[in-house]
Amino acid sequence: MMNNMHVTAKVNGDEVEFLCDPRETLLDVLRDRLNLTGTKEGCGTGDCGACTVTVDDRLVCSCLMLGVEASGKSIGTIEGMAEEDTLHPLQKKFVEHAALQCGICTPGILVAAKNLLEKNPDPNEQQIRYWLAGNLCRCTGYDKIIRAVQDAAKEMREAS
Amino acid sequence: MNYHTPSNFSDASAIASSSKGKTRFLAGGTDVLVQMRSDIITPDDLIDVKKIQGVKDITKNKDGSWTLGIAVTGAEMSEHAEFKKAWPGLVEATDLIGSTQIQGRATIVGNLCNGSPAADSVPAQIAAGATVSIIGPSGERIVAVEDIPTGPSKTSLGKGELISAIHIPDRGKNAGDAYLRFIPRTEMDIAVVGCGVSLRLDNGIIAEARVALGAVAPTVLLVDECSKALIGTKLDETALKKLARAAENACNPINDKRGTIEFRTEVAGVLAVRTAKKAYDRAQGK
Repeated sequence: MMNNMHVTAKVNGDEVEFLCDPRETLLDVLRDRLNLTGTKEGCGTGDCGACTVTVDDRLVCSCLMLGVEASGKSIGTIEGMAEEDTLHPLQKKFVEHAALQCGICTPGILVAAKNLLEKNPDPNEQQIRYWLAGNLCRCTGYDKIIRAVQDAAKEMREAS
Repeated sequence: MNYHTPSNFSDASAIASSSKGKTRFLAGGTDVLVQMRSDIITPDDLIDVKKIQGVKDITKNKDGSWTLGIAVTGAEMSEHAEFKKAWPGLVEATDLIGSTQIQGRATIVGNLCNGSPAADSVPAQIAAGATVSIIGPSGERIVAVEDIPTGPSKTSLGKGELISAIHIPDRGKNAGDAYLRFIPRTEMDIAVVGCGVSLRLDNGIIAEARVALGAVAPTVLLVDECSKALIGTKLDETALKKLARAAENACNPINDKRGTIEFRTEVAGVLAVRTAKKAYDRAQGK
């Protein structure tokens, strides 16, 4: 059996070090080594987007990336979204619009939506739907999610 | 499993050549990791190629051709305005693969080496006349993209060989490419049929044409008869009819839940016509 490998990366701005088996995915590492359980496992094969994180500001499914590949990278997870007790506008609007039911898809959708609004502060409905096409939600029917993202985008534009 | 991060292609090739077990190369990982997780493959040596210099580069060469590194992602191709302008069909074909998250990792060389007959970027690569550099134990060779896949999940790459770059020719003037696929929904699906076309015009007449079909045979096909139907024409009705027949005749598809043999064959003809029209419009600067 392979020895564990030593990896240094940044997670939500903080330097982290961990040991992991090279077969472990970044998702396994986040949840089981770093105790960041906000990132969820849905399908485990890159179809559902529940495990979405950013790697050097690019969206990826953390189930389709190895932990060892994170070496030297900057990872962003749902835990990096709120500032202390203050929710990010997207989180606030998801609560207001009831844009979630069971909540398993929510961290991935929030991370993906935040990444979209950083690139495009004023996306139209179609752009939001295509951007989030890789984030499956089996509860809400998506409409509330889209409305929450639009409303958050509006608030963020007005605040800036 | 041993995880390797070689810093050059000869080392990558040497690791694969000397491995006594199963090897896999890792770029975007959107196929390899799925296969590992579903126990289809458990590599003894996993060779991550992303630490090799130049693998993330999109380079326009002096002669107008392009060289793409093997770890260039779909998202990076879509964001490269000049490349997208030169080869819109190839970029659109790549952009059809998977979600935003997949686009952040997936590569067209990975799409090629995965060997799927339904790989969206491969008909567009073949239509474009793309070639790949291969580094292996016996040195380097350059091979046309259409000669890489040999069957579902199979390629002509030998033990210890890996692709080190993909080359796309100069777009040239009065030329255009396009890729269309049929899926029963609007996003996030696998092609039932895919078609890539690249054309160059001379005074409005098609002087060069390459047509490739995906998901209608064990490998993506470059269809010479389709090219012949187009060359020397202004894409008139007769040429389009011949094109459709040639595309249908090239089909050797499977029956499965995505489409029957009859359906795939008919759609291949329809898609070839639509894709050729789109490429022709682009070649005319429309």
